[in-house]
Amino acid sequence: MYKYDEYDQAIVDQRVDEFRDQVRRRLSGELTEDQFKPLRLMNGLYLQLHAYMLRVAVPYGTLDGRQMRKLGHIARKYDRGYGHFTTRQNIQFNWIQLDQTPDILQELATVEMHAIQTSGNCIRNISSDQFAGAAADEVADPRPWAELIRQWSTFHPEFTYLPRKFKICVIAADEDRAAMRLHDIGIGLHVRDGELGAKIFVGGGMGRTPMISHEIRDFVPADDLMSYLEACLRVYNRYGRRDNIYKARIKILLHEIGPDEYRRQVEEEFAAVKGLGLDPPRAELERITSHFGAPEFDANASTDIDRSDPDFAVWLDQNVKAHKQPGYAIVNISLKPIGGIPGDASADQIDVMADLGTRYSFDELRVTHAQNIVLPHVRIADLHAVWSALNEAGLAEANLDLISDIIACPGLDYCSLANARSIPLAQKIATRFGSLDRQRDLGELKLKISGCINACGHHHAGHIGILGVDKKGTENYQLSLGGSGAEDVSLAKITGPGFSEDGVVDAIERVTDRYLQVRDPGERFLDTYRRVGFETFKEAIYG
Amino acid sequence: MKLLTGNDLPTGDVVWWTGNGWSRHVEDAVDVGVSGESILQAEEGARRVNVPYLIEATQTDEGPRPAHIKDRIRALGPTMRPDLTLKPADPNAGSWVI
Repeated sequence: MYKYDEYDQAIVDQRVDEFRDQVRRRLSGELTEDQFKPLRLMNGLYLQLHAYMLRVAVPYGTLDGRQMRKLGHIARKYDRGYGHFTTRQNIQFNWIQLDQTPDILQELATVEMHAIQTSGNCIRNISSDQFAGAAADEVADPRPWAELIRQWSTFHPEFTYLPRKFKICVIAADEDRAAMRLHDIGIGLHVRDGELGAKIFVGGGMGRTPMISHEIRDFVPADDLMSYLEACLRVYNRYGRRDNIYKARIKILLHEIGPDEYRRQVEEEFAAVKGLGLDPPRAELERITSHFGAPEFDANASTDIDRSDPDFAVWLDQNVKAHKQPGYAIVNISLKPIGGIPGDASADQIDVMADLGTRYSFDELRVTHAQNIVLPHVRIADLHAVWSALNEAGLAEANLDLISDIIACPGLDYCSLANARSIPLAQKIATRFGSLDRQRDLGELKLKISGCINACGHHHAGHIGILGVDKKGTENYQLSLGGSGAEDVSLAKITGPGFSEDGVVDAIERVTDRYLQVRDPGERFLDTYRRVGFETFKEAIYG
Repeated sequence: MKLLTGNDLPTGDVVWWTGNGWSRHVEDAVDVGVSGESILQAEEGARRVNVPYLIEATQTDEGPRPAHIKDRIRALGPTMRPDLTLKPADPNAGSWVI
């Protein structure tokens, strides 16, 4: 894992001091809310329905046990005993007091964490593959590149006031576990003729105008990556629509001028900036990369496993994934207990996960965009002990990628932007399909719920997506089908008129019933949907 | 009736205008009538409350009930966590919101 050097630590510490003074001035009345709002947002502090909300960055979703324990401590001391893991691989605390925020940030700084650039029209937290460094299908660990981009983008003076927020994702595997094609810039590391480089995709995103990114360049040599990103951002910064917030994302720019013209301008800019020395020297990249070396795996670790406990065996089959190192496995901790709140974890549960990460996973944990937690490097011989501890803490739901593993935004229960509640609907759906046998029979089925058109719950990328809307003062839910955030990326299509909360649960059941009627052996829901088409399911929903 | 609401500056708590100050309980809210805008301006100027705004509500036996679900959720707390609401011991509190 990356460790701060003196420069990293100094800028985070200085930022805490700066924000402490800004808070003091706000509380004294020296600053108005209009003056203070952009300052607090730059430090991840929102005002939501019931309280201030602090969004803490977890760079590329990677953290260690010490950092995880600090999050548990903050939940316990400053919040109401829990935190909410988000689709940006971050964590949010929902009950924060303004006057305590500088103290929280100061505590975070002691464990190399912060809330910088978790809001505002800047480059946000870099997201990545939660299996980085553990996946057998990756060509390189994407995290050194994500870290390099984090450093490049932090307080970047040219990109602090972009037309709109900007999200970058880096992966290095064929399988896309991070919704890379739905980012403003998606970077797919790959090897060509023995050389590591990046395929660059630009203009993806969800929100009110969902778009899949365009491939802008097949191969950027790794040594030129930062110059190329600089060029991509410069063209956007110059021509992005600042006159209309709804048209300000880079996806709209690409839509308006076309990917070919955008590519031409980027290449022109790239030629101009390439010689300016923006790319770090090899030694700096090697310094960063040295923090992400493989753990000291035991080459003789046993691959034997006792599956005699049926509950453990089900969890193994559903939540544990293959590791590139024989004798090890990747453990996925579901934060989606049946009837629970997607992405929430109590302070005690956070502590349990931190301790398990420290003891069994080389002190590493990951946050996933699906609002779950990963222990990336667990000995197969330790899996039963890990499962037992998770089970005791209420963290052993064996539902990874099943219909109850729902992504849901905070919705109208917390969010000032939301039009409808997401969490109670997620709870109802998970409860309706609660039987694990039934869920496993349905197989992989990614259901995602957003409480408004901003799509924080990724409903456009759901095999089944749900969008909450306000219909004359009451909650109404639009159903959509056929989305995917994976390597087979697609956008979900709205089925028709919306439903009440109970009505949409019934409609989902009609969809899954139809799937069971028409699927071929071995087909996932999405495969069947693509084979038989939208109308088959629409007919099932509306008759 | 019209209510004036906002969020307390240091804590972020939801607050309601009572006629001579702010309360965390919507039951204490008063109809600001045509004076709402001037009270809002004065309170915003005093910088005690964040982003105050006026809402429509109806008077019920339990007190003022905000017209929009968003403000009813603000008035009580998250609908799926009764323990985090202002009335954790009242099993009927949620039905008032939805």
